[in-house]
Amino acid sequence: MKPKFGVFDALLYLVLFGVAASALYPFIYMIAVSLSGTVPVLKGEVFFWPKEFNLNTYTAVFDNPEIGRAYVNTIIYTVLGTAISLIVSAAGAYSLSKRDMLFRNGFMVMVVITLFFSGGMIPTFLVVKSYHLIDTIWAMVLPGAVSTWNLIVMRTFFTGLPQEVEESGKIDGLTDVGIFFRLVLPLSKAILATIGLFYGVAIWNNFFSALLYLRDADLFPLQVIVRNMVLQGAGGANGAGNIGGDSMIVDEALKYATIIVTTVPILLIYPFLQKYFAKGALIGSVKG
Amino acid sequence: MALLRLRWNRSKYLLLLFLPALVYYVMFKYVPMFGILISFKDYNPFKGIWQSEWVGLKYYEMFFHSPDFPKLLKNTILLGVYKVVFGFPAPIILALLLNEVRKGVVKRLVQSISYLPHFISNVVVVSMMFLFLSPTSGLVNHVVEWMGYSSINFMQNENYFRTLYILSEIWQHIGWETIIYLAALSAIDPQLYEAATVDGASRWHQLRHVTLPGIMPAIVILFILNIGHVLDIGFEKVLLMLNPSIYSTADVLSTYVFRTGIQAMNYSYGTAIDLFTSVVNLLFILTANWISRRTSETSLW
Repeated sequence: MKPKFGVFDALLYLVLFGVAASALYPFIYMIAVSLSGTVPVLKGEVFFWPKEFNLNTYTAVFDNPEIGRAYVNTIIYTVLGTAISLIVSAAGAYSLSKRDMLFRNGFMVMVVITLFFSGGMIPTFLVVKSYHLIDTIWAMVLPGAVSTWNLIVMRTFFTGLPQEVEESGKIDGLTDVGIFFRLVLPLSKAILATIGLFYGVAIWNNFFSALLYLRDADLFPLQVIVRNMVLQGAGGANGAGNIGGDSMIVDEALKYATIIVTTVPILLIYPFLQKYFAKGALIGSVKG
Repeated sequence: MALLRLRWNRSKYLLLLFLPALVYYVMFKYVPMFGILISFKDYNPFKGIWQSEWVGLKYYEMFFHSPDFPKLLKNTILLGVYKVVFGFPAPIILALLLNEVRKGVVKRLVQSISYLPHFISNVVVVSMMFLFLSPTSGLVNHVVEWMGYSSINFMQNENYFRTLYILSEIWQHIGWETIIYLAALSAIDPQLYEAATVDGASRWHQLRHVTLPGIMPAIVILFILNIGHVLDIGFEKVLLMLNPSIYSTADVLSTYVFRTGIQAMNYSYGTAIDLFTSVVNLLFILTANWISRRTSETSLW
C-alpha cells in the first residue's frame, strides 16, 4: 500500500529543504562574495552568483607569504600526524582485540578511564613543556595522537575479523607483528581510510594545540592565521583596502577567500569521507 | 610461574604492538593526571612539580571565595544545560523526520549535506559568525535593516551570546549526530510497522508506539554521555567567540582557566579549577548512569 502525498509530506520536505539549505548556503555565499568585484560586494548585491567575476582576492591570498607558509605547515602536520595516529591506534587496537594478551583487561580499563577523566589543560601543558615539545612540529602531532574513541572503534572492527586470518598467519610462521602488518592491515582498508580521515580532519582543524604549544609564528598552522586575520581584525575597519597588488579588494571578500582556501581541502575530500564515515562511525556503536 | 611464562610467550608480540599506545597513554594522559598534584602545591617552575611546597586547599578556597566563581559557574552550567535542552533533541527530531521520507534519494541527499558543517573547524565557524553577523557588512544585518530595524552588533552583545553559541552548535552537529539514531531506526523490525498498520495505527501512533520505543536505548545512552559533559563546554569555540564586552555571559570555567592559568601563569590556581570541573563532570555522569540503571534497562556499565 502506498499512502498519498499529503500536507504532512509537504511540510516534511519543506523542513528538510530548510536544513539542507542552511548547511549549504553559507558556503555558496562566501564563494560568491570572494569571486565578485568590489562594487557589488560593497553595495551588498551578491547573494548566489558572483557579480563582476574575478580572482583578485585569491591572487592576494596566495601572494601572502604568511598564508603560504601556514599552508605548508598545516599539510606537514596533517600528513605526519595522521600517519603517527593511525599506526599507533591501529596497532594498539589490534592488540587489545586479542583475548589472550597479557594484561589486556588492565590496559583496556586504563584506556577507557581517559574518556571520563583527564589531567586537564594546565597539567597537560606543563607536561608537554617538560618534554621540550613547545615550539616544535611534535607539539602539533603528539599530545593528541590517539583518540580513545577511534581506538575503541578500531578495536571493535578487529574483533569482528575472522579467526582464520590469524591462524593462517601462524601456520605460515608469522609473529603477531607480521600478521598485523601483512594480513590484518590489508584487510582493513575501509576502517583505516575512515579513521585516517577523522584524524586528518581533526589535525587540519586543530587550533587548540597551536594556541597552547606554539609561540613561533613560523610554525603557525592555517587556523591561527585565519583567527588572526578574521577574528582579531573583527570590529575594526571594514571597507576596501589596497593589499599587495594594484587592485582594490574588499576586506570582507579577502576574508571569505581566506576561509574558502582554508576549507577547500575538506570540501574536496568530503565526497570520499562521505562514502566511508557513516559506516565507520557505526562500527563502534555496534555493541554485543 | 610456568603458566605466566607461557602467556608471556603467547603475547609478547601483541604487547610489542601495544607498546606505542601504552607509551602515549602514560606520557600524555597519566603523567598529566599526577600533575594535578600542583593544585595542592605552590607550583614553582624552577622547583618543578615534586619539589614545590604543599599548600593544601589554598587554591580551592581562593577559587570558591573569588568574586568570579558564581558568575563562571552560572555561565558554564547555563550553557551546558541549554546545550542539552536544545541541542540534544535536535538530531533526534531530524532523524525522525528523515525516517518519514519515502524517497531514498531525498533522504540521502539531505543527510549528506547536513553532515558537512561537522567537518568545518571552529575557527572557520566563528569567523563566519563574525562576518555574517557584522553590524556594518554582515548578511544578517542587511536582512535586519531591510525589515526596517537598525542593525544589531550581535557578537559584542552579551544577551545574544548563549543563543548564538547554541544555534551554531546545532548547525554544526545536527546532521552528524543523526547517524546513530538513523542506525537505531533502521534496526527496528519492519514487521512491527506492518502489524501496526493492520491494527489501523496512524503515522503518529506508529511514531509514538513503535519508533520511539525502538530508539529509546540509543537516546538514553547518548543522554548519559551528554550529561557527563555538561560542564565540559567546547573550549575552542567559546574562546574564539569571547571578547571583553561579553564576559558577563560568555566567560566559562575553561576560558577562565586558560586566561588565569596559562596566560597569567597561575598554574596551581588554574589546575584547581580544572580538577573541580573534572570532578563535577564525573559526578554528573555517575549519577545519570545510576539513575538510568535504576529506572530503565539501559546504562553505560
